[in-house]
Amino acid sequence: MGHDHDHDHDHAHSLLPPEPALRVRAIETLLVEKGLVDRGAIDEIIDQFSNRIGPQNGARVVARAWTDPAYRQRLLDDATAAILELGFSGLQGEHMVAVENTDTRHNVVVCTLCSCYPWPVLGVPPVWYKSSEYRARVVRDPRGVLAEFDLTLTDDVEVRVWDSTSEVRYLVIPRRPADTDGMTEDELADLVTRDSMIGTGLASSPADA
Amino acid sequence: MDGVHDLGGMEGFGPLPIDADEPPFHHDWEGRVFAMRILTGFWGAWNTDSGRHSVECLPPTDYLSMTYFEKWLASLVNLSVAGGLITRDEVVAGRPEPGSAPIVGAADAAVVRKVWPNGAPTARPLDAPPRFAVGDAVRTATHMTGGHTRLPRYARGRVGEIVDRHGAHVFPDRHAAGAGEDPRHLYTVRFTARELWGDDARAGDTVCLDLWEPYLASAD
Repeated sequence: MGHDHDHDHDHAHSLLPPEPALRVRAIETLLVEKGLVDRGAIDEIIDQFSNRIGPQNGARVVARAWTDPAYRQRLLDDATAAILELGFSGLQGEHMVAVENTDTRHNVVVCTLCSCYPWPVLGVPPVWYKSSEYRARVVRDPRGVLAEFDLTLTDDVEVRVWDSTSEVRYLVIPRRPADTDGMTEDELADLVTRDSMIGTGLASSPADA
Repeated sequence: MDGVHDLGGMEGFGPLPIDADEPPFHHDWEGRVFAMRILTGFWGAWNTDSGRHSVECLPPTDYLSMTYFEKWLASLVNLSVAGGLITRDEVVAGRPEPGSAPIVGAADAAVVRKVWPNGAPTARPLDAPPRFAVGDAVRTATHMTGGHTRLPRYARGRVGEIVDRHGAHVFPDRHAAGAGEDPRHLYTVRFTARELWGDDARAGDTVCLDLWEPYLASAD
């Protein structure tokens, strides 16, 4: 125990007050006064991820792929370039791969080693994606994990789990729901949920949306 | 390293904490930590891989009990001290050392907007040809050294098939150790669930990982 105690105090973060909000205020004050960080830049990044970078971007990509066969092919061939066509790029989206669900294959994405996630198309990950539970379980028992999302796949469907171990980031293209033939790209984008692009859900049906 | 962060396949974890309607940041401080961790990275005192390794080096009990953004906060402080951006005394005092001159040149909002779309690509040119082709059978390494690696424990010593090549990328094991980028060829390797987990796994289910050439040996 003595060793653990000493080890803990080797970490500079343990020098800060225990309450996260106070710790963050203290470190922000220090970094700003040192000139290392600009407060306007902090606000800019928060604004980006609160208002402009999120699953609504990935939904545009999927809806375009559903309605434009040439775009779908470009997305499967070079997802980074195809996603940039719609204006989305940046950190954690430099090397994108799109994986398409079919009637015989269902793709699910995880990062077991940390919480890698395609920020430009999906934003910051939800708590469950970053949880120890998801990271530990989905590679070993994907069907059990999917059941917690009320998603049950038949035995003839291959579940393919993608563990994001490199800087390649994965976007699942969910299957287009039935009864959506006459819908516009905008209407279709509203059916594309975040979870359907991670693989823990399906796109919504028009009746649910 | 055989750290607690290497969670894939560990048993005993319960139901997922699913919240159907959660915001990007649950508290203001989470967004501020997220942004500061990115912005301090602009100074080049660490890189993506050494940054990830700093989180892996948190004491295991802390790692499992901290939230995601608490881990980011810990790594922000630990990396900033280790990288020489701030001192331990400054962390305790909450202000710069008396008499130290402010640093000039931090990225402002306009710079962030300008550089953001570029990201930080990790693909690099490499003269050496790739050793493996799509369709090749490969066996993953069994022994790993103590530092940072991206070969998870559950996929060591297993046989899979190369299903994609991504060119050469910065090699995290060396990059995290401050030994330069040392780019190596990167492949997607597909394993059957049964190869990884035994006969209880569903026949036909698969797991794909992106693995660098030094992790792989021919299994043909």
